[in-house]
Amino acid sequence: MPQVDWAALLPQYFLGGGGLVLLTIGSLLRRRLPSWFATAFGAAAALGAFGGVIWLWIRVQDPSRGAFTTIAGTIGIDGFSVFLSGVVAVSVLLAAVLASGTLRREGLPVDEFCVLLLLSGAGGVTMASANDLIVLFLGLEVLSIAAYVLAALDLRRGASQEAGLKYFVLGAFASAFFLYGVALLYGATGSTKLALVAEFLADDGPESNALLLGGMALLLVGLFFKVAAVPFHAWTPDVYEGSPPVAVAYMSAAVKAAGFAALLRVFNAALGANAADWQPIVYAIAALTVLVGATLAVVQSDVRRLLAYSSISHAGFILVGVEAATDAGVAGSLFYLGVYAFLALGSFAVVTIIGAGPDGRQSLDAYDGLAKRSPTLAAAFTVLLLAQAGVPFTTGFWAKLEVIGASVEARSYWLAGMAMLGAVVAAFLYLRLVVRMYLTAPADGKRPAVSRSAGFVVAVCAAVTVVFGILPDPLVELTNDATIPLGR
Amino acid sequence: MTLAAASSQAFPVLGMLVVLPLLGAAAVLLLPRSRVELVRPVAVLFMSAAAAVAGWIIVEYPVASGGFEMIVDQPWVAAWGISWKLGVDGISLFLLALTALLFPLGALATDPGHDHKAYYVWLLLLEFGCLGVFSALDLLLFFVFFEVVLVPMYFLIGQWGHGNARYSAVKFFLFTMFGSALMLVGILATAFLHASATGAPLTFDVVEIAQAQSLATTTARWIFLAFALGFAVKVPLIPVHTWLPDAHTDAPTAGSVILAGVMLKLGTYGFVRFGLYLFPEASRYFAPLMLTLGVVGILYGAIVATMQTDFKRLIAYSSVAHLGFIILGIFALNTTGLSGGLLQMVNHGISTGALFLLVGFIYERRHTRAISELGGLARPAPVLAMTFMVVMLSSVGLPGLNGFVGEFLVLLGAFEAHRWWAVAATAGVILAAVYLLWAYQRVFHGPARGENATMSDLRWRECLVLAPLLALIIFLGVYPRPVLDRMEPSVDALVAHVEAHDDPAGVDTAETEPAP
Repeated sequence: MPQVDWAALLPQYFLGGGGLVLLTIGSLLRRRLPSWFATAFGAAAALGAFGGVIWLWIRVQDPSRGAFTTIAGTIGIDGFSVFLSGVVAVSVLLAAVLASGTLRREGLPVDEFCVLLLLSGAGGVTMASANDLIVLFLGLEVLSIAAYVLAALDLRRGASQEAGLKYFVLGAFASAFFLYGVALLYGATGSTKLALVAEFLADDGPESNALLLGGMALLLVGLFFKVAAVPFHAWTPDVYEGSPPVAVAYMSAAVKAAGFAALLRVFNAALGANAADWQPIVYAIAALTVLVGATLAVVQSDVRRLLAYSSISHAGFILVGVEAATDAGVAGSLFYLGVYAFLALGSFAVVTIIGAGPDGRQSLDAYDGLAKRSPTLAAAFTVLLLAQAGVPFTTGFWAKLEVIGASVEARSYWLAGMAMLGAVVAAFLYLRLVVRMYLTAPADGKRPAVSRSAGFVVAVCAAVTVVFGILPDPLVELTNDATIPLGR
Repeated sequence: MTLAAASSQAFPVLGMLVVLPLLGAAAVLLLPRSRVELVRPVAVLFMSAAAAVAGWIIVEYPVASGGFEMIVDQPWVAAWGISWKLGVDGISLFLLALTALLFPLGALATDPGHDHKAYYVWLLLLEFGCLGVFSALDLLLFFVFFEVVLVPMYFLIGQWGHGNARYSAVKFFLFTMFGSALMLVGILATAFLHASATGAPLTFDVVEIAQAQSLATTTARWIFLAFALGFAVKVPLIPVHTWLPDAHTDAPTAGSVILAGVMLKLGTYGFVRFGLYLFPEASRYFAPLMLTLGVVGILYGAIVATMQTDFKRLIAYSSVAHLGFIILGIFALNTTGLSGGLLQMVNHGISTGALFLLVGFIYERRHTRAISELGGLARPAPVLAMTFMVVMLSSVGLPGLNGFVGEFLVLLGAFEAHRWWAVAATAGVILAAVYLLWAYQRVFHGPARGENATMSDLRWRECLVLAPLLALIIFLGVYPRPVLDRMEPSVDALVAHVEAHDDPAGVDTAETEPAP
């Protein structure tokens, strides 16, 4: 029986345990619960998880205690895992709040949504703190399977079912790749524990053999699929278009963060000694992802597909930080993930507001003249869009600076340059939306109905974007402290 | 080296100058929706306060200094070594003053027609950004301001512009952002390479990096190119100029005034502060290229301006030509040329600003900018015609008016350094006279037909707006000494800095000199 530090699993209790409790209560008392119960429960559980994250952060950052591992070294609690657990918990929290005002109106099952949301979040937290490839796989599957169902939640719409099925089939393929990669890596290094893998490679020298290279390649394929990097991105636009927007808001923030958690932990920390082997692949994929994502986004006419391609382009930027293979690169990627979670959640919250109603208007035309119809909403959305374009005095600018800076510091000048050119292309698509809102006459004078919860989410996301855009220092310090010591 | 000499003052005047428009924007935003009539007075009040502070800075600025004065230094992002470091020297002093002067005039000149509140908030934010660019002494802070001015200008052109405003606004945004995309990589490379070469902690301090000159020659040349692309789009230099005619033509009057008067200077100022000062050797190395682009701009701008049928577009192309002169002066890399270039930046701001105001006034009355539809306006509007003539002659470079002094110094400096480029540029002076006088003749002389005959003359408010510009046109033409006296110590120090940091390996000097 391994020694277990039970307190280290606080976020998992709240998310995973909360999910199971809600499932039980929900199925037993289905008719008798008030309508707000499920989302309130979900939000409370996420809030509790976030409290646990803060407690763990204080504990990890205390120099006399520091990072530690538990359950026989398979779970690593360090700045990195706690920071990303926090991102996942906040995403679950905001998605639950957003769901409270949206799902019932759309006629979607609220209880199931919240259960799946919490379970998926538990998977994400497990992925962020996994210190062992098998635990990582467990987290990945818990996160993903819940996400597949979330995508297909809107059963009456064929598109939602199609999205769920597509996501599931392709995701299962990617998981298989990932698992095969784990097996090969085990064969090459003799362990699935990340710390032992790193030690083996350090002792043995970064000697490359076919088994190790094959393992790395297959792991990369599996993880590139999760973070939607080109050319493994094809599912993203279809899933984002077909799934309920609330689910997409969660997926684009938390699933991406969890996927990058795995990528950074396995490659930058455990396989850091062999960076020369995987860097060229990430280099090419990062450049491709930024440019292809931004370029394809420009020609979209559905706002969900547009945001899907834009999220692909952002994944490319985060890969630029991964490619640097330095501590600054990890910190930059974390900064980007933290910032992007709010941008994505806020943007999709706007999508739920504008696309409300039975006809679900999601084409760009629905944004015509929004500034006239609802000036505050238009202003908040503009803040979120300009931040995604990387305009100064928003968090998006500092996120780009963090990853491009890390890349330049690592002397990857051409990658940094290509990524910045991709940012210019991406700026065009955000301007397309701004042009719609401000410079186009509205088709009708209808004010969009902003529910209190959706308005709250948009306001929080826009406020975070501006406040930390003007005073980024705390967030920079936070991500600089979020290191991966990779203990045994 | 006096360039690094810094003195600080008890009261952060410069900080106040930069922050005033921001406070103004907040004040306008907080005005109640029902009191629309208060919006313009409040905005103009804050802009005038900024202008007063700028005047105070000119008075307080020690004439013989040559170094950065009134330094403000507040840490911003400690982990990155980024700080709010502001300072003013003889090079930026009058650009700050020009900015602080043109904004209230532009705001007073014309009425936006709709969404008053948003219009003035954007104008104030734009002023904040422009003042920030001219006073930033931290590379990253400079970049932040350089980028952030795009947003207000985008909305000003898009929402209050005429014609194809949406297209022009997006084009303006994307062109400028494209230019500065690689500049960010250049800025980061400069700071990281400086830090690793000197072993000092990461810093973006312009003075420190410029004094250390720690970058290898070839690296510095590459980075100079990354910077130059960003500035070239803003100036604009020839292959990347196509956003300018569209943006100038479709922008509202105040937008055109600010674009031509202030924002084009962000590029030329960038070349001086961040090209010459940070990369002296690379600036010398690329001087022939820059001079050629400058001369091409002068000739191309002038020739294309001659062919224009749209009055505003004509003035927009004349800006391309004038900015070519400024580049010519800067990259002559001697005191005469550089002072001339700097003075010409201020002059161009005043005269082209005034020209755009006047064209705006005509447009408000006649609702057309087509030269062919105007004619004989001197008869119904003699004051407007007289004013236009003075401003136009200043733009042409008539001795006794401000344009002459700058242009003459530029040509003199360029002739000393690179004779044949100066000779080619002189042709541009003649062409300027051709297109502006011809346009004046078609618009103001001849018989006044139709609506032209009944057009009203300048109103008192419009005269009030133009009066300070006219006064400066004449004052700077007759007595430019006070301006030059304050510029020259800084310019001398910069030229000495450029000459001191010639390539240690000794680039063949014949390479940078044209064959006689």
